[in-house]
Amino acid sequence: MTGTFDRADFDLIASWVQPGERVLDLGCGDGALLRRLIDERGAKGYGVELEDAEVLAAIANGINVIQGDIEQGLAGFDDQTFNHVVLSRTLQTVRHTESLLAEMLRVGREAVVSFPNFAYWKNRMAVMSGRMPVSEDLPYEWFDTPNLRFFTILDFEALCSKMGLVIRERQVLDDAGRSVTEEQNFLGSLAIYRLGR
Amino acid sequence: MSDVGTVSAQIAHFDAPLRLKGGGVLPACDLVYETYGTLNAAKSNAILVCHALSGHHHVAGRSVENPANVGWWDNIVGPGRPLDTERFFIVGVNNLGGCHGSTGPASSNPATGKPWGADFPVVTVEDWVEAQARLADHLGIDAWAAVMGGSLGGMQALQWTLSHPQRIRHALVIAATPKLTAENIAFNDVARQAILTDPDFHGGHFYEHGVRPLRGLRLARMLGHITYLSDDQMAEKFGRRLRTGAGSYGFDVEFEIESYLRYQGDKFAGVFDANTYLRMTKALDYFDPAHDHGDDLARALARARAGFLVVAFSTDWRFSPERSREIVHALVHNGQDVAYAEIESAHGHDSFLMDDPHYHAIVAAYLKRITL
Repeated sequence: MTGTFDRADFDLIASWVQPGERVLDLGCGDGALLRRLIDERGAKGYGVELEDAEVLAAIANGINVIQGDIEQGLAGFDDQTFNHVVLSRTLQTVRHTESLLAEMLRVGREAVVSFPNFAYWKNRMAVMSGRMPVSEDLPYEWFDTPNLRFFTILDFEALCSKMGLVIRERQVLDDAGRSVTEEQNFLGSLAIYRLGR
Repeated sequence: MSDVGTVSAQIAHFDAPLRLKGGGVLPACDLVYETYGTLNAAKSNAILVCHALSGHHHVAGRSVENPANVGWWDNIVGPGRPLDTERFFIVGVNNLGGCHGSTGPASSNPATGKPWGADFPVVTVEDWVEAQARLADHLGIDAWAAVMGGSLGGMQALQWTLSHPQRIRHALVIAATPKLTAENIAFNDVARQAILTDPDFHGGHFYEHGVRPLRGLRLARMLGHITYLSDDQMAEKFGRRLRTGAGSYGFDVEFEIESYLRYQGDKFAGVFDANTYLRMTKALDYFDPAHDHGDDLARALARARAGFLVVAFSTDWRFSPERSREIVHALVHNGQDVAYAEIESAHGHDSFLMDDPHYHAIVAAYLKRITL
């Protein structure tokens, strides 16, 4: 999925990965993020992807891609195998939200999660005017969206608190990919978190 | 895209004794092989294709002796095909113990001057890899760009990464497993029992009696064939259709599936060697690289240096995707390079031989990224 900003979230995620670290990208698509982490950060990358066409593209990109459904959990991946487990713009499409977050922190020391903020002011405006939002980070109509869950920065942090997940860092971007530091739940279109236990 | 044209087999003879895992020694051996494409000056573009239970060296093209005899994996080898002969030098070899020209049970035992028969040793996947390594030496190939195989052939590709980690850059392990399950071994043993209990088997020395255990071999193949297909595919292809309109309430061939299996059994029994069949199934049963490493597959695979492409097929119940994922997760555990594709296919275990566009695109994409 693409959205805002030619993936300004990739810049942030890349800055969090140190050379030689192991990264697992869940829903890695064609492996664009992993390719970047491997080439620019010297990371050791693996991806999980369900769609045939994306798996093929990732293999052509030279990615260690493993075809599978993250909804089925991460069985087979050993505990604490990865330094970072990335779930980029995918959490809102996942049915088993809590178990997936728990699995990410079982196989990885850190979970990196990004998602569109439903409380972004443009989305609020859309709903106020009576329509579901369609925006850079929520680019689908209600009838064709892969998104199952609509939640906000505050909602997500309440879940983290309930699950005992530690928020190590939160970055919020607007729909042009600029950093948002104030009124983030109102002005932020995309949120990116580093989570730990 | 086109095929590789007419091909002829070659024979390499090896005089040095080959010590086998099971304890025996083969004093000398022949390996029959075919090649397609051209070995480059750096000898860096060679791919070995390993065959499965009933396969052989004739992987692609039309045999010079009989143009109707097209190689068993012709759909994937050729100019512009996934194993692109414009780019790669492809080698197919008949394994030791085979019945297509390499030294096997029907070959003459130098100690007696008679066919080896039952005295031909039980050979293992490890032994085959050693013999293939001698063929690589013979061809001047220090390291394979890739070793590829489906089913039992995939096990050989995997074993190459363990026996000779420096001599294989990539392993394409397709529709394979890191070891057989009890159910797999059970099927193999029923097949063996069919052969061993055939009165024409004569303890494996049937050559001297001028007979062949056709009934046993036929049954073995019929049983095996069932396990290569999927329930859905059989239902679609044969269903409960009868050859004639109504049931005869007897034991003749009635259902189409019976007719099909008997035909497959007869065809196979007519050309294959029973002693070879016994040994191929034993090689399958014994394969278990984790066994010597405390049943820890990750530890067993840690010595591999190759990159891996692992491919499994959705309806393969003989070596299910779950078995392939065991290989994948062991490699991920070790931080080794692996890509894994799970192909939707109706054709069961035999899917690996089918001309499926997505499957072939996966293999082609993986091989394209290999630098020569």
